[in-house]
Amino acid sequence: MSNWEVVIGLEIHAQLATKSKIFSGSPTAYGAPPNTQADLVDLGFPGVLPVLNQRAVQMAVKFGLAIDATVARRSVFARKNYFYPDLPKGYQISQYELPIVARGSLKVMLDDGAVKTIGITRAHLEEDAGKSLHEGLANVTGIDLNRAGTPLLEIVSEPDMRSAKEAVAYMKKIHTLVRYLEICDGNMQEGSFRCDANVSVRPKGQEKFGTRAEIKNLNSFRFVEKAIQYEVARQVELIESGGKVVQETRLYDSDKDETRSMRSKEEANDYRYFPDPDLLPVEIDEPFIAAVRATLPELPDQKAARFAKDFALSAYDAGVLSASRELGAYFEAVITGIGASHAKLAANWVMGELSSALNRDNVDIENSKVDPAQLTGLLRRIVDETISGKIAKEVFEAMWSEGKPADAIIEAKGLRQITDAGAIEGVIDSVIAANPKQLADYRSGKDKLFGFFVGQVMKATGGKANPAQLNELLKTKLGGGGDA
Amino acid sequence: MLHNLFIGELAERLTKRQISSVELTRHFLSRIERLNPGLNAFITLTPEQALRDAAAADARLATGETGPLLGIPLIHKDIFCTDGVKTSCGSRMLDNFVAPYDATVVARLKGAGTVMLGKSNMDEFAMGSSNETSYYGPVKNPWDTTKVPGGSSGGSAAATAARLAPFATGTDTGGSIRQPAALTGVTGLKPTYGRVSRFGMIAFASSLDQAGVFTRSAGDAAAVLQVMAGFDARDSTCVDAPVPDYSKALGAPLKGLKIGLLREFFEGLEPRNAALIEDALTIYTGLGAETREVSLPHLPLSVPTYYVVAPAECSSNLSRFDGVRFGYRCKDPKDLMDLYERSRGEGFGAEVKRRIMTGTYVLSAGYFDAYYLKAQKARRMITDDFRAAFEKVDLVIGPTTPTPAFDIGAKINDPVLMYLNDIYTIGANLAGLPGVSIPCGFVDGLPMGLQLVGPHFAEAKLLNAAHQYQQATDWHRHAPRGYE
Repeated sequence: MSNWEVVIGLEIHAQLATKSKIFSGSPTAYGAPPNTQADLVDLGFPGVLPVLNQRAVQMAVKFGLAIDATVARRSVFARKNYFYPDLPKGYQISQYELPIVARGSLKVMLDDGAVKTIGITRAHLEEDAGKSLHEGLANVTGIDLNRAGTPLLEIVSEPDMRSAKEAVAYMKKIHTLVRYLEICDGNMQEGSFRCDANVSVRPKGQEKFGTRAEIKNLNSFRFVEKAIQYEVARQVELIESGGKVVQETRLYDSDKDETRSMRSKEEANDYRYFPDPDLLPVEIDEPFIAAVRATLPELPDQKAARFAKDFALSAYDAGVLSASRELGAYFEAVITGIGASHAKLAANWVMGELSSALNRDNVDIENSKVDPAQLTGLLRRIVDETISGKIAKEVFEAMWSEGKPADAIIEAKGLRQITDAGAIEGVIDSVIAANPKQLADYRSGKDKLFGFFVGQVMKATGGKANPAQLNELLKTKLGGGGDA
Repeated sequence: MLHNLFIGELAERLTKRQISSVELTRHFLSRIERLNPGLNAFITLTPEQALRDAAAADARLATGETGPLLGIPLIHKDIFCTDGVKTSCGSRMLDNFVAPYDATVVARLKGAGTVMLGKSNMDEFAMGSSNETSYYGPVKNPWDTTKVPGGSSGGSAAATAARLAPFATGTDTGGSIRQPAALTGVTGLKPTYGRVSRFGMIAFASSLDQAGVFTRSAGDAAAVLQVMAGFDARDSTCVDAPVPDYSKALGAPLKGLKIGLLREFFEGLEPRNAALIEDALTIYTGLGAETREVSLPHLPLSVPTYYVVAPAECSSNLSRFDGVRFGYRCKDPKDLMDLYERSRGEGFGAEVKRRIMTGTYVLSAGYFDAYYLKAQKARRMITDDFRAAFEKVDLVIGPTTPTPAFDIGAKINDPVLMYLNDIYTIGANLAGLPGVSIPCGFVDGLPMGLQLVGPHFAEAKLLNAAHQYQQATDWHRHAPRGYE
């Protein structure tokens, strides 16, 4: 195994978040009853013609600018001809020789913290097909054309990835990017973001690529990882036992965790691509590009770099906090409230308590039960020492479940930290008085018992004693305090 | 008699309430009833709808509304989708197809108050030059019913020549308006590619197809084009350019007009045909025009170029006829492949199959460059030849066809001989240019056509040149015996 090098390239299909389809006015919303979102153009009726959705072009250009690619001043739609019941026209309109985006790249952070640049060969616009339905239908196949004509951006990488983990890291980065750009909702369950993986192996040191297999339609990061791992093992085993990898299309079965042959190269269609005469070449001029450029948000890498610099965060923290636009915005809203000097505190809370609560309840950050202002309110009480960090976690849980501001919960539950020295001293005195043996032991050198007294005082105050103050006062009372 | 009047004359009588649209419609319907059985010019007749539409036009006229086509009957080629009316495209494949919408051409003419009498017979999917490939049987030429009327718009041409309607729509992909116009002695106009919307016109070869009209005079063609022409957002290849007033342009004198004689068209031209063209030139010089010879060196490539480009596009355009959603479906398909093979095998006729196979072949991997790409290059050279010619002359002139109408059955089994019928007309389609064919005399008692071709969007100039010729001659007033 260690003598083999893995070579992976991904073709990612990102469904563009347009309101209507790429060549018709039908809506693209997910989940409507079959064939209720397909008009005569989507159905491929005689005489109808496609008209390009300009929003889809803008989105493709936006992606191209974000990956620092060449945006083609002239790109051409072609017809990919094949027969299938869910392909109404008998051809798919796609881009072939002249795609709208070419030669870009993306930086991906790997597990070991290293940064790798993955080349993006091209990204082109195309229409999705419909889907065939078999469930609950006897002896017939149902066709649902709601999805037919949905705009897709197919993003084709160079064969630059060397492990399943790298492939997943790249795919996640693209996923982050398209959502940042607001050109794709990234919903993998609904098929808005999916990929095909081209996988091959070669002996280490060999320059020539091995024969590749293409694994189709992977719609989760986990499946991408597992499918590639399975496929790599299969190819290595095959070659090592004297066999040969054949160029073919394979399907990943997530139930059995294996890939299976779908069709070989010989069985592959001759798609007979040619320029679609119903559509003019897409001509893009500088003002168009400039207008799209003006809509570019701060990109994930830019945001991470800014977070690291302005808030003195580690590269890791900055990367996590910029992983989505919404998370970044939440974090920044908290910083605005609490001040950049407390950025590390804010980062820990957003990445810690907040993220676990969101994950636990499967809630998007936009719908967080604790909004940035409320979290800021909580952090303020930590900063001004009204409560300790430990109590703050309790308060946060209450805020999450009750939806009330931190102060209200602190008051209602009486969680305010005790900072009155006299009050703390009183408690200390009674604890000391109640534990003469431990006091004696401590004074005879058992330093460890200091913690015992802290615990007792905290217990007696319900954890509300200001820890710093408590330490100070306790030290005075215990240590040689007898002389005082 | 009413049926010998031109559109302008009919419109005047309708406006002055000397006749009603219902009377006019009844007149043509009764002629159709009496004369069509000998011609087979129709696939569908719509008398009830016609009388309703005529009554509606009369109601508009009664309010004082006027319009050049208000209340005028017409015939649509059965390639145009007509809402609620069978639209067969001359094929068994669509024998059961009732279009759910109006083509833009149909909608515009309907809006202008025209009255549809029916849908005309045509070569199957507009593939043919004799109207013999129709599923509904050949159309006969009213000048001699043993002869073909030309094709593919043979029904519209024969019906216009037989005075079964004041005008009829057609489509021209390689000569399908001009060639049958010539062979039946009527005026046939093919506008510039992009001048008239293709939306709702069942596609044969998308980059060549253009809607046009059959009339009995250039003046009538100007009036009809005025309504048909103009931008349509539903056709991306439809040009957003202002539509000039074509009728107004008809008065301009021809003094100084430079007419080019296409050397390639006259080489080997049958002497009697050549003599008619010479006569026409004499008329034109008498009207003040100047003639000079021009050459289009690549024009001889036009037939082979066309028979690569058109089949390539049609092989893809006709893929949607698969028996799944509309049109013909074979009985009891045993599986998907059987459904495809028999639905298409039984639904398409021989000529359509020949072109689908040719087109599939020229687009196939390994042949694409040698055929399709080479044909595209040749097409560009032919277009460049025309462009160069139009730097020297305003219009070019020549015969529309090499011979007058031929016998039904004479060429149907020899596709190459049949294809050569379009030798003079195909060039304009490849270059996207407007062309008009007007009657210019007789050979063996059969009408011959004079073809004028102009630069892109020169319809006004073209129609004026045709109109001036018709002011000086009366060839266009001749009616076939029995149809006067």
